[in-house]
Amino acid sequence: MSLLDIQNVSRHFGSLVAVNGVSLAVEPGELRAVIGPNGAGKTTFFNLISGFFPPTSGRIVFDGVDVTQLPVHKRVTMGMARTFQITEIFPEFSVRENLRIPVEVAAGYRLRPWMSRTDDGEMRARVVELMEMGGLTDKADRLVGELPHGDQRATEIMMALALKPRLLLLDEPTAGMGDQETYDITRLIRRLHKDQGLTIVLIEHDMRVIFHLADRIMVLAEGAVLAEGTPDQIANDERVQGAYLGKAA
Amino acid sequence: MKRLPVNRLSSRTFSVIIWIVLLTLPIWMRAVGSYTELGTQVVVLALAAMALNFLLGFTGTLSFGHAAYFGLGAYGAAMTIKYLVPSTPLAIVVGMAAGTIAAMIIGALIVKLRGVYFAMVTIAFGQVFYFITFRWNTVTGGDDGLSGWHRIPLDLGFTSIDIEHDGKAFYYFVLLCFALCVGVMAFLLRSPFGRTLLAIRENERRARFLGIPIERHLWLSFVISCLFASVAGALYALLNNFTDPRALYWGQSGNFVIMAVLGGMRSFWGPLIGAAIFVVLQDYVSSHTENWMSFVGLFFVLVVLFFPRGVLGIIRRRTMR
Repeated sequence: MSLLDIQNVSRHFGSLVAVNGVSLAVEPGELRAVIGPNGAGKTTFFNLISGFFPPTSGRIVFDGVDVTQLPVHKRVTMGMARTFQITEIFPEFSVRENLRIPVEVAAGYRLRPWMSRTDDGEMRARVVELMEMGGLTDKADRLVGELPHGDQRATEIMMALALKPRLLLLDEPTAGMGDQETYDITRLIRRLHKDQGLTIVLIEHDMRVIFHLADRIMVLAEGAVLAEGTPDQIANDERVQGAYLGKAA
Repeated sequence: MKRLPVNRLSSRTFSVIIWIVLLTLPIWMRAVGSYTELGTQVVVLALAAMALNFLLGFTGTLSFGHAAYFGLGAYGAAMTIKYLVPSTPLAIVVGMAAGTIAAMIIGALIVKLRGVYFAMVTIAFGQVFYFITFRWNTVTGGDDGLSGWHRIPLDLGFTSIDIEHDGKAFYYFVLLCFALCVGVMAFLLRSPFGRTLLAIRENERRARFLGIPIERHLWLSFVISCLFASVAGALYALLNNFTDPRALYWGQSGNFVIMAVLGGMRSFWGPLIGAAIFVVLQDYVSSHTENWMSFVGLFFVLVVLFFPRGVLGIIRRRTMR
């Protein structure tokens, strides 16, 4: 059974059809890339999956449950976590504090007015573990807002990971980054995918990143699916070359 | 969690200083030629401002209608003693319940609103309560207020404490209530629940996508904030042995906001400092001119212009994060 099964979803904004009848099935353990020219509806599509707003029509099934109308926090509890194109973090908090909040929420402690020493220790240990995984240990007590963009992005990805997701949605994780930062983030995503077997859907513009990471690629253009397949199939697809690769590369 | 080096004074040291100052207040108030009731007033209004700041400073949501819950606490306490039972603790409990229940209902109606819309609707609901107390003469005394009652000495069984006539005893009673309320708020802010509120303040979108149901947490924060504001209102009525519709007027809500911003809404003790400045300025300037509010206003403008983090923000950039 697919972990994420999107059936014919559309989203209209007034007369604009941002997403038009898109279907997508993501298998457990897969890393799927969504690409397409600017304005193709990629971010709108992501917002539909993560529950930012509901689709005008169509169905979204996550792990066998119809989540089409579920609010964001229920989807997160079910194991869906996301990052944003423009990094969404708590800039005035330290890396440690940024991670502490999702770690506690994931443990089901969000309404707890107190915490035992044992629980507190567990939370701390989990935060340390996440910081190590994201290469952030030496910046633990720095304010995230003062860190370079790459570290902010790594913090955001680790915050999503703190929620123990089964599906990770990454919206342009390398947007606005230099070569070194892009390389570091790509390696981080690859580790999460290969070592932890995490299912990931990501939107990306950088072709090197996509061809390095993706198992399969879906190409969106003008709100609809233009092509779907392995990286090699997509690279050799004439329609894609015409609509996208030709112009972008 | 580790604090930043910008802290010139540790949070704990500062709290200890605050408590020493408050505990010795009746002694030195007299020494500086003032009176204990003024100190009691500072503590009561500080509780209201700190309660407001639970929502404003630590959840990032501005309410301009907290006087409604403050006033409901005041009327709840006054009416309990006047009409029901001559008991000071019971008066506070009833006042607290009145304000909290109203906040639970109104909170549920408004938590979907944000920013200026939230603030405007809190004013509107606040004014509803104001007009009820203003018009309902037979029960609330209308514009004349509710008098003809007074706070009752505390009966502890083996002894009784005369908070009715002994100003010092009443001050320490108020300080005890203040300590309980403020202690609970500080405790909550350090908890996982408190951190979800800070998360909402810092970045609501991120908080939502971390799986926090924003509306539910905002409602809780609003209700907790109003609960303590209504305790302050009950104490305020007991202090004056009187209450009138001005306790619920939206101008009073504005005063709480001014106190919080003046003292520093990002720091836990900021609103206490703000309330102290506000009350002392009012007391001192109003004995010279009727236009004391323009001096408070001028002071407020200067603080906001030059010290946007409030008076405490000058001394300490970060208290609790």
